[in-house]
Amino acid sequence: MENTLLGGGGGGGGISGGMSIVSREENNMAMSSDESSSYPDESELELGLGLSLGGGAKSKSKPTATAGPWGQYARILTAKDFLSVVSTKESSSSSSSSSSVTKANNNPSCGVKRTAEPSSPPGRSGASQVVGWPPIRTYRIQSLVNHAKSPMTEEITSAVDKWLLKASLFVKVNMDGIPIGRKVDLNAHSCYETLSQTLDNMFKLSVAVGARRSNAEEQVVMTRPSRLLNGSSEFMLTYEDKEGDWMLVGDVPWEMFLSSVKRLRIMRTAEANGLAPRSHERNRRQSIAPV
Amino acid sequence: MDPKLKKTKDSSSNSANSPDSTHSSFLFPDEVLERVLSLLHSHKDRSSVSLVCKDWYNAERWTRTKLFIGNCYSVSPEIVARRFPRIKSVTLKGKPRFSDFNLVPQYWGADVHSWLVMFAKVYPFLEELRLKRMTLSDESLKFLATSFPGFKALSLLSCDGFSTDGLKAIATHCKNLTELDIQENGIDDFGGGWLSCFSENCSSLEVLNFASLSSDVSFDALEKLVRRCKSLRILKVNKSISLDQLQQLLVQAPQLIELGTGSFQQELTPRQYEDLETAFSNCKNLQTLSGLWEATSLHLPVLYAACASLTFLNLSYATLRSDELAKLVAHSPNLRRLWVLDTVEDKGLETVGSSCPLLEELRVYPADPFELDLHHGVTEAGFLAVSHGCRKLHYVLYFCRQMTNAAVATIVQNCPDFTHFRLCIMNPGEPDYLTNEPMDEAFGAVVKTCTNLQRLAVSGLLTDLTFEYIGRYAKNLETLSVAFAGSSDRGMQCVLQGCPKLRKLEIRDSPFGNAALLSGVEKYETMRSLWMSACNVTMSACRLLAKDMPRLNVEVMRDEGSDDRQADKVYVYRSVAGPRRDAPPFVLTL
Repeated sequence: MENTLLGGGGGGGGISGGMSIVSREENNMAMSSDESSSYPDESELELGLGLSLGGGAKSKSKPTATAGPWGQYARILTAKDFLSVVSTKESSSSSSSSSSVTKANNNPSCGVKRTAEPSSPPGRSGASQVVGWPPIRTYRIQSLVNHAKSPMTEEITSAVDKWLLKASLFVKVNMDGIPIGRKVDLNAHSCYETLSQTLDNMFKLSVAVGARRSNAEEQVVMTRPSRLLNGSSEFMLTYEDKEGDWMLVGDVPWEMFLSSVKRLRIMRTAEANGLAPRSHERNRRQSIAPV
Repeated sequence: MDPKLKKTKDSSSNSANSPDSTHSSFLFPDEVLERVLSLLHSHKDRSSVSLVCKDWYNAERWTRTKLFIGNCYSVSPEIVARRFPRIKSVTLKGKPRFSDFNLVPQYWGADVHSWLVMFAKVYPFLEELRLKRMTLSDESLKFLATSFPGFKALSLLSCDGFSTDGLKAIATHCKNLTELDIQENGIDDFGGGWLSCFSENCSSLEVLNFASLSSDVSFDALEKLVRRCKSLRILKVNKSISLDQLQQLLVQAPQLIELGTGSFQQELTPRQYEDLETAFSNCKNLQTLSGLWEATSLHLPVLYAACASLTFLNLSYATLRSDELAKLVAHSPNLRRLWVLDTVEDKGLETVGSSCPLLEELRVYPADPFELDLHHGVTEAGFLAVSHGCRKLHYVLYFCRQMTNAAVATIVQNCPDFTHFRLCIMNPGEPDYLTNEPMDEAFGAVVKTCTNLQRLAVSGLLTDLTFEYIGRYAKNLETLSVAFAGSSDRGMQCVLQGCPKLRKLEIRDSPFGNAALLSGVEKYETMRSLWMSACNVTMSACRLLAKDMPRLNVEVMRDEGSDDRQADKVYVYRSVAGPRRDAPPFVLTL
């Protein structure tokens, strides 16, 4: 099970309510730039994933509680989400729960009916916003924003954003000295700087766990731009590419990086000296063992 | 088939080098065969022809000039280059269709560059390139523009990865360009300067479509271009072109067959209005009209004179009311194809039913897909009304929020010739709103009645029964789209076992699992592709499929937060090129 959590509750939690637990953690870590500040608490999340659920007693339509996970994960609403969380908790590793899903899909009151509430905050627009649904080409969806009459513009933009939620590109991030790794959505970034800032925050590099710094240094670090990329910090950001080589982050254009990165590692600078620096020595297999 | 030919076919297919094969060419010399085959244009016919015997295979490959590749990964550039020596026109399609709805991550692939490199080597006289759902960079466009001296036609639909800079290269270097058709692509628009890159000698354009680009272009450059290109028959401009500018263009090009207007809202003087009206009435050959952004009843009347000859009216970007549509269609009795927004409501569709008896295709798009406004849209009543008046209807794409089984049954009784039936009830899992039952009987009626059905998209609350019907009755079905539907594996199994002509199956958010996936093991090689996302398929089943069927590529993408065992997005397609070598890290090739 890959979901490793920083400070999260108990090891093998599996998926059970995993989505909600992790999302709370990630909320605290301020990963995604457009996250809603009013994310729902766990119980709302479990029940209200948009469509009314099968499973009897526990099911309540609470279409408002949908923003949280999507803000983090670009999570696509799936048939599994229609289940009551009771079933996912019991069989945390269940992969085919077709019988439960049958219940959900046969629920005749399935469906999203809502009245327009122009004053509702964007994060809780109420409609169960599913990625890529209804099935209209992106170009047409985006042209709706341009057509929107002014009081509606913000709502439409928010709805289009949800429709467009770019499928995420999550990669693992490990930091030397920290046993539990994290994950970061590279598609939520458009350049190395913001990625680096996010990682700074995620691993609290300014108050680094395991780092040995004076208080004065900590303060300085917090106000400066990320040092992961410029080699001046105790740590350096590296990545493993498609071919299994470990490279320094920042050498290649961002798009190229996205298409070849497999995972990230925040490496102690001392160890990173073995890496190929600004020249691309792809033949040399790095001697640094991956975490 | 000539019995003599059959005999020699048998012997020549057994031993290509035996004297018998010369016997067959004595009967039917290569030159004659090639002459005959060069008249064949349909790629399906050509595929059949190539299977007859070795001689025919060779004659066919030498005479094929148009290449159609429905899935760019089903074959490799090398294989194509070896088989076909004389290609002038290429159509390539890349990503799975659900990439149009953002279900396929960026950087997935379908990059055209390696194809272009091969084309430059083997087909230096390439004239046409038509791409759909492919990725191409500005560098690729520049390479294309400079590698093929005779290049004539470029059509890009739903592609991504390039910008208007790439278009600059095309306009600058392709001296014989006859067609530039840019539609609905995800590109970076850095300005309209590309249009000014056409040389002042360029007069060969026949097709120019830049309707979906947003930036302003130089009107002066456009006007001069239109004036020079006397053979221009298709012109679709973007929103930046105003009404009075449109009038000036029309005056230069009254021969147009297809016109896409720019913005249709502007304060015009009476004189300008009159001039515009006159310009339209002088377009005697107009068959297709589109664009019409922001059109209102104020300016629509200028079109009336041109409507008489129209066969295709695309109003899908005009938020027209029912009365506005009514007047337009009243002037357009020859319409075969009509695309509208659901702002016209049922009432507007009623007028379509009464004014357009020749209608064959109707598409109704939602103006408010996210239900943010109190907006009525269309219901089953509108669809019914059209089916009453337009008995030749055979293609429909209909977005609505409510539907009944009874209405659909009546609709297909009125119009039994449907070949394409795409009904999208926008709320997932929505039942018949009158009876609260699943919509199974609706689609049952469709497949039972419409025996020529080739393409079907289902929606609403559906159980396995829908798919039992499809498997039992839809014997000509080639494409099926499923979302939020079905109850168990059985549904998908029925379809896989029952539809002999199925080529493309795309499924999202439905409870089909491993048993369903594996029941199609022998079927997938007869299909172009299968897409399953957010279903109940696991990695182990995908691995099994991949192991058993080496000529299938089984690709999996996983969602964040999901179990390692879940195969969240599965894409299976047949290929003679083996697993692809350009897969990004998030695509697992099994």
